Amino acid sequence: MAELPEHLLRRSAEAKAKALGISVEEAMAQLKGEAPPTPAPTPAAAAPEPEAQSAAVATAAPEAAPETNGHAPVVGDPTKATSVRPVAPAVGGPEGVRTQRLLTVVKAKAIQQTKAEPQDKVNTWPHLMIVEFASLLAVTGVLIILSIILQAPLLEAANFNATPNPSKAPWYFLGLQELLSYFDPQIAGVSIPTIVGLLGFMAIPYVDKNPSNKPSDRKVAIFMYTFFLMGSAVLTIIGVLFRGPGFNFTYPWNDGIFFDDLKDWVPIGLGDGH
Amino acid sequence: MVQKLLDRVKELPSALHGSKVVDSILRPGSPMKAGYSDSPRNRSYVIMNNVLYHLHPVKVKRHGVRLSYTLCLGGLSFFLFILLTITGIFLMFYYAPTAEAAYQDIQELSTSVAFGSLVRNMHRWGAHFMVLTVFLHMSRVFYHGAYKAPREFNWVVGVVLLLLTLLLSFTGYLLPWDQLALWAVTVGTNMASFVPVFGSQVQFTLLGAVAVSADTLLRWYVLHVLFLPFIIVIFMAIHFWRVRKDGGISGPL
Repeated sequence: MAELPEHLLRRSAEAKAKALGISVEEAMAQLKGEAPPTPAPTPAAAAPEPEAQSAAVATAAPEAAPETNGHAPVVGDPTKATSVRPVAPAVGGPEGVRTQRLLTVVKAKAIQQTKAEPQDKVNTWPHLMIVEFASLLAVTGVLIILSIILQAPLLEAANFNATPNPSKAPWYFLGLQELLSYFDPQIAGVSIPTIVGLLGFMAIPYVDKNPSNKPSDRKVAIFMYTFFLMGSAVLTIIGVLFRGPGFNFTYPWNDGIFFDDLKDWVPIGLGDGH
Repeated sequence: MVQKLLDRVKELPSALHGSKVVDSILRPGSPMKAGYSDSPRNRSYVIMNNVLYHLHPVKVKRHGVRLSYTLCLGGLSFFLFILLTITGIFLMFYYAPTAEAAYQDIQELSTSVAFGSLVRNMHRWGAHFMVLTVFLHMSRVFYHGAYKAPREFNWVVGVVLLLLTLLLSFTGYLLPWDQLALWAVTVGTNMASFVPVFGSQVQFTLLGAVAVSADTLLRWYVLHVLFLPFIIVIFMAIHFWRVRKDGGISGPL
């Protein structure tokens, strides 16, 4: 016989113990074939709940059903108890007599266990779509108005012989360019962007093992990210506004802004640094 | 006679609305379909039966709908990418990536092409916006702890998307072929030469020459309009798909 899983065996034993009025361990031992089946229980021992008994009888011995004739089964009747008790398959039984074996009594609840808790959800249409559509329109509107007011920079044609002073990278790389004036290029130009910027950021979820997403539980992580955010913002602002010819320090209110991406953003009066 | 014709014209919208042709175009549950009624079933169909909307699940967690939770930053990044693709295709009609023509093309685009200046400005400022929204989206995800299990890998995909966004923006920076473009790219690619061991090879591969030149322009043009968009679309597909598979929006906090 195939080996039954432990939990099924246990459930079966519990049902059996309940039906026969024996202890679960005894029933377990019987099912495992370790002990001989107990003889018919004494009336005192066999006092199962009526509905369990009737269910067991109905399942186990359909032949016996006409006898009960819809009445509550006689509690403690030895013959009934015997018919409920598991019987070895009748190999050489008398002709016309069929015996059936009670395998288990399944409790009336779902076999599958639901793990996902129900969540408070709303329909994407219209609740989310309306928010997305509104923000999409707002950004498009801002972008169109900005594009009407501000001309994208276009300086003189590229000239390999005229190096502008200063030469600046796009703003999102200016923090790195700023770092270059403090550290060796091997560090500021290569190690920091690849090791810290790329690999370090990719590794964040694998390094941060704290499972909570509550801000109060994540003070260190939030501090570190905010530090990075502020640091890169400060470096970028210094690079954009406070660096002049030769990438030396300047004050934008004295010398103007040396950043051509901002050429048309500068309010009249500040002028441009060239 | 004329009155009859006018009546016909007046009836046209409603006749079209329920016609077989329009009906065949709109899938069941489309809010534009004749006889659409607001019911939970139809609200599901709106999302399920539309090729674009079905990026979304039919239902989302209630807290995720609030604008203050995501600020729509991820969605706006994607929208800006689409906007940049459309404006970029428009710009491609008027631009040749050669050292002789590029600068001239940009000037003519700004002066003699209808809406040329507007579209170029939108492309440029939109690109800056996109760098900003992608970066802010990353920050939002970090502050919500949304990179934690089971979303670790999607964070990695997101970092790749940020890198690709920066590369797209930086390759586009060179294309006007003016002094700003030339020297910003020179500064940027000089850093590549400091890569240990392979520095000069890496720089040569990036530039297609030992210094920024006409070959660099062609190379960066192809990267900008074909290669990088191709790669970023693949990574975006993985990113969006994983958002759904990893359980949708994170939280609530």
